[in-house]
Amino acid sequence: MRFRLLRGDVILKILLAAAALFVIGVVVGLAVELFLGSAPSLFKFGPSFLVESKWQPSNNVFGAWPFIYGTLVTSAIAIVIGFPISLGIAVFITEKLKSHLTFGYLLGTLVDLLAAVPSVIYGLWGVFVLIPIIRDYVERPLSKSLSYIPLFSGHPFGYDFLTAGVILAIMVIPTMSAVTRDVLSVVPNSQREAMYSLGATDWEATQKSVLPYARSGIFGAFILGLGRAFGETMAVTMVIGNIPSVSSSLFSPGATLSSIIANQFGESSGVFQGALIELGLILFFVAVLINGLARLLLWRMTRATHAKA
Amino acid sequence: MPKPNLPTSISLWRKIVNKLMTILVIIAVILAIIPLLLILGDVIMRGAPAISIGFLTHLQKPPNATGGGIANAIVGTFTMVGIASIISVPIGIGAGIFFSEWATSKVSTFSSFMNDVLTGFPSIVLGLFVFVIIVYPTKQFSAFAGGIALSFVMLPIIARTTGESLKLVPMTLREASLALGIPRWKTVIRIVLSTGKNGLLTGILLAVARATGETAPILLTASSSIYFAKSIFQPTASMTVLIYNYATSPYATWQTQAWGAALVLIIIMLGLNLAVKLTIGRNLSGKKVDL
Repeated sequence: MRFRLLRGDVILKILLAAAALFVIGVVVGLAVELFLGSAPSLFKFGPSFLVESKWQPSNNVFGAWPFIYGTLVTSAIAIVIGFPISLGIAVFITEKLKSHLTFGYLLGTLVDLLAAVPSVIYGLWGVFVLIPIIRDYVERPLSKSLSYIPLFSGHPFGYDFLTAGVILAIMVIPTMSAVTRDVLSVVPNSQREAMYSLGATDWEATQKSVLPYARSGIFGAFILGLGRAFGETMAVTMVIGNIPSVSSSLFSPGATLSSIIANQFGESSGVFQGALIELGLILFFVAVLINGLARLLLWRMTRATHAKA
Repeated sequence: MPKPNLPTSISLWRKIVNKLMTILVIIAVILAIIPLLLILGDVIMRGAPAISIGFLTHLQKPPNATGGGIANAIVGTFTMVGIASIISVPIGIGAGIFFSEWATSKVSTFSSFMNDVLTGFPSIVLGLFVFVIIVYPTKQFSAFAGGIALSFVMLPIIARTTGESLKLVPMTLREASLALGIPRWKTVIRIVLSTGKNGLLTGILLAVARATGETAPILLTASSSIYFAKSIFQPTASMTVLIYNYATSPYATWQTQAWGAALVLIIIMLGLNLAVKLTIGRNLSGKKVDL
């Protein structure tokens, strides 16, 4: 009897542990296979691949720099626009709507819905709605009046870094605001009450007590949003123009690591394909780094809060 | 929390800053809501004229022909999400149970961390992975490869939601069951799983929704096709890749159909998300009964 009981437990544990090991296996397998897949380009170009700015499939010359540059620029635009807005939404829902829980819940749900919209639909909307708006009402006036600033030089067509950055901003807001909301909602009320009892205004309580308390969690949300912006593919592919370029103008078409893979993978082979897979390998390492960091920060925050409570 | 009355000596400047920040925060909310309303509005307004019975039941047609549909893409998407579910649901739930019931084991902690990392991976990297392990050796784009790629999208979502929702099952239930001499495996399956089953359902629905809306991994593994696939080992159409191809094409008829397909996709996504909200609602009321 005792033996039979034990056997059931052991079988279940082995099955479940196998499933958990499978998850680890997928991540390890990913690293190994991407490494093997990119071998033709990895051994041909070596580390200079990262800084080479020529991408010429017809001459078999490949460098990742234009795409690393494009990814950094578009993500930076996304964060500059998206982070303050996300923080604002989180503060509004957790601090201002404290006594209107239903309204706060509805608003949160509405913002969460933005995250459920598929990337390709953002792209579709970007191509037919956002590009004309940005081109006619933002880029043309800016390029007319401020074209002496390198950032706004060139002739705007709408398919460029700026449009890609704006669409990324819309896409990272739900991620960043949801995580920030969670983090702010675990800040103990005693923190706010202490500030109020000293005569602080609402904003002073938020600024001097709530936000500093949630600092590391907010940073985690920031990093997670950055991770989403780095990896986002379809919407960016559809609006960025997919021309490898390192231009200081926001109105220049460009490409990101993921957009160029989606755009060119279909017609690639040999070293060209290896180079595209190597871009994927770069994305992989960036994703591991960013997500690992964000999770550690968020874990520390929730653990610290649990320990104090 | 009652808000205390502010002392009257408070300086005008602090009052102004306080009001200003309130206004800024409200502007942030409005700025975030506008694109959502615009996107939903545009998809409905531009997509609705394209939709008809024929649109849902006919095959794709060349750009200048009338009466083209997206039937093969709808079938393709469901086929691939189905294949992905068959793979990812059992493994994901298994891993999730392990995260929650053996939370202290080193394998569990590490795997759960890896799972979180996997959740945040760009989906195109998963597509590249499956391209290298399946499409490249077999020299064949297929719904099978697409399904595998989508299963890697779904797996971490299911594992995570399962783990988190089973952790909410009160420890006393497990202790009561074990105290009655019921073996641990039976406790896990009959007590823990059946108490947390709404959470499991939520995870599966969320994962299915994510997979249905994915484009990049399918683009690299299943490619596209304008016919019904005869088997799962042939290139297969999907709604998302169809929207991508049509939206980036220069033909007005195809562009209209892209909006139509987007509307169909959004309706499916909203349906799934509504189902998620409903199961979560039931979960919460269930928790109240337990307390």
